[in-house]
Amino acid sequence: MKSSVSTREMRRLYRTMVTIRKFETLAGELFAAGKIPGFIHLSIGQEASSTGVCSVLRPDDYIATTHRGHGHVIAKGGDLKKMIAELIGRKTGYCKGKGGSMHIADFSLGILGANGVVGGGFPIIIGAGLSIKLRHTDQVAVCFFGDGASNRGTFHEAMNMASIWKLPILFVCENNCYASTTPTAYACSVNNIATRAAGYNFPGVTVDGNDLLAVREAAGRAVDRARRGEGPTLLENKTYRRRGHFEGDPQKYRTQAEVAEWEKNDPLLRFASVLKKKKLLTGEMEKEIREQVDCELKEAVAFAEQSEWPNPEDALEDMFVNP
Amino acid sequence: MTERMISCSAAICEALTEEMARDEAIFIIGEDLVAHGGIFGQFRGLPERFPGRLIDTPISESCIVGAGLGAALTGMRPLVDMHFADFVTCAMDEIVNQTAKIRYMFGGQVKVPLVIWAPDGAGLSAAAHHSQSLESWFVHTPGLKVVVPSEPADVKGLLKAAIRDDDPVIFFQHKKLFAREGPVPEGEHIVPLGKAAVKRPGGSVTILTYGSGFYMSMEAANELAGMGIEAEVIDLRTLKPLDFGTIADSIKKTNRAVVVHEACLSGGFGAEVSARINSELFDYLDAPVLRVAAKDVPIPFSPRLENFVLPKAEDVISAVRQVVYR
Repeated sequence: MKSSVSTREMRRLYRTMVTIRKFETLAGELFAAGKIPGFIHLSIGQEASSTGVCSVLRPDDYIATTHRGHGHVIAKGGDLKKMIAELIGRKTGYCKGKGGSMHIADFSLGILGANGVVGGGFPIIIGAGLSIKLRHTDQVAVCFFGDGASNRGTFHEAMNMASIWKLPILFVCENNCYASTTPTAYACSVNNIATRAAGYNFPGVTVDGNDLLAVREAAGRAVDRARRGEGPTLLENKTYRRRGHFEGDPQKYRTQAEVAEWEKNDPLLRFASVLKKKKLLTGEMEKEIREQVDCELKEAVAFAEQSEWPNPEDALEDMFVNP
Repeated sequence: MTERMISCSAAICEALTEEMARDEAIFIIGEDLVAHGGIFGQFRGLPERFPGRLIDTPISESCIVGAGLGAALTGMRPLVDMHFADFVTCAMDEIVNQTAKIRYMFGGQVKVPLVIWAPDGAGLSAAAHHSQSLESWFVHTPGLKVVVPSEPADVKGLLKAAIRDDDPVIFFQHKKLFAREGPVPEGEHIVPLGKAAVKRPGGSVTILTYGSGFYMSMEAANELAGMGIEAEVIDLRTLKPLDFGTIADSIKKTNRAVVVHEACLSGGFGAEVSARINSELFDYLDAPVLRVAAKDVPIPFSPRLENFVLPKAEDVISAVRQVVYR
């Protein structure tokens, strides 16, 4: 798994990161232009975590994601057209316009949903893990969450349950230094959230979350362990949330210098430089990847903007299978 | 069909035995299930009959409900045992924000075949944390079906229907009624969700009730009959979706209604029923709709205090006499 990443796979990973970065940038622009109602939370700067973890998953593996979940959905194979259409509230969106940015799911891809409640994914992933066990398959369930969610009671309930039942779960903490506007250093009792796994008697691993290959390697090991029936792992990807908590956040809780420092530690630049050193990526290829992604996103926006709005009465549908 | 008398507890067990034998996707998850057969012994016999399909949990209500939900989303049909209905408070996010909303907010992509079984109700000196009737919270949560059976036959038939339903159902069952016996059909007996039952016909007044209120209402109706007042008692059975058709048919005949429930008065389900009757059947009414309910206090411990707070048959009688002006 670790050393045998093919050239093609490396470029594909880079492309996924570029797609997430460009998608998030575009979402920010659409929001600023007043085309996305409500509020959105962008994952710019955290692309190595979503891409690295999902790169070791199978299509039938499950993920539960968060309010900052666009990257996870893209990395698990989500459809950009349906995503943009959902973000702008159209009928052709993933949830027919009923969910929006914070509630995207694709059950056909094992994406059990983003969540508007911080820490809301833990109990659901326990159910997915338990279901895998009861159905005797070798699927794996991954719960993405932030440093903030690691202070919810649901985190601790889930860590304990996953441990006693040895569930095939990977808990992925994207420690991006802030829970909404509150610094992690203030709100967390530990420096490394992964150390909390010790209290639940399973491995906790902290990695440089902006190093794609480090994330991929650690996630790969944890997923292999889960598939072998050896139980859960807590993986902490140390990263940084470069945008505000939400678009429009005045960010009074940090300095521009801090943000600028982390911009130098950009996961895309870092992975591109690794690829270039290994002669797996040229400037020409990079340009081509960027153009392809731009083109794909342009098509997605066109699709979404040309899509119908939902009928007002559609608000009354989709509640029950048997009303 | 032979008329067997079995208890509400036995009816739960029978429904689950039949359903679990029929469908391997069904499992039960909660506290104290395997060794104890459920905290009330309500699942006795099932752990031996279905090894591995009753799953004991730590005391982690959020993850108990979440485990049911996550399993329901990935191909299973779980029944979550809440232990006591009062403990829903520890899992409100999983019930209200997640279970109830997942199908809707994801645009109907997925079904959620989950039953949350919640033993509720007072009368056992179990005090404020083990005695509540919380159904109206969930009626007020779009996306959930809410079932509150009274008689053993309904327990069996509604539980089977709830398990087979592809939508989330919260199933309240009164603890004090577990031992209550009644005739229950053997084998396949399904009571469809969303159907009320006229359990005692009468032309003088309509009593709308469910759960423990049903027994109170029947007791009252029998006494009222001695006064020449014939109450029609409707057991609503499912509060959501509500069978308003059956309610309307009766009120068009009796022109009077009393709603009876054990839950406290303010914001209770009686308020909803009364409001609907007023807006949809106003022209048929000869008297205001009255409500019989518990007083608006937490359930107290000492038997004398508890008894004072809970509604009784005599309260039903007095309300009926007010609406029939006798």
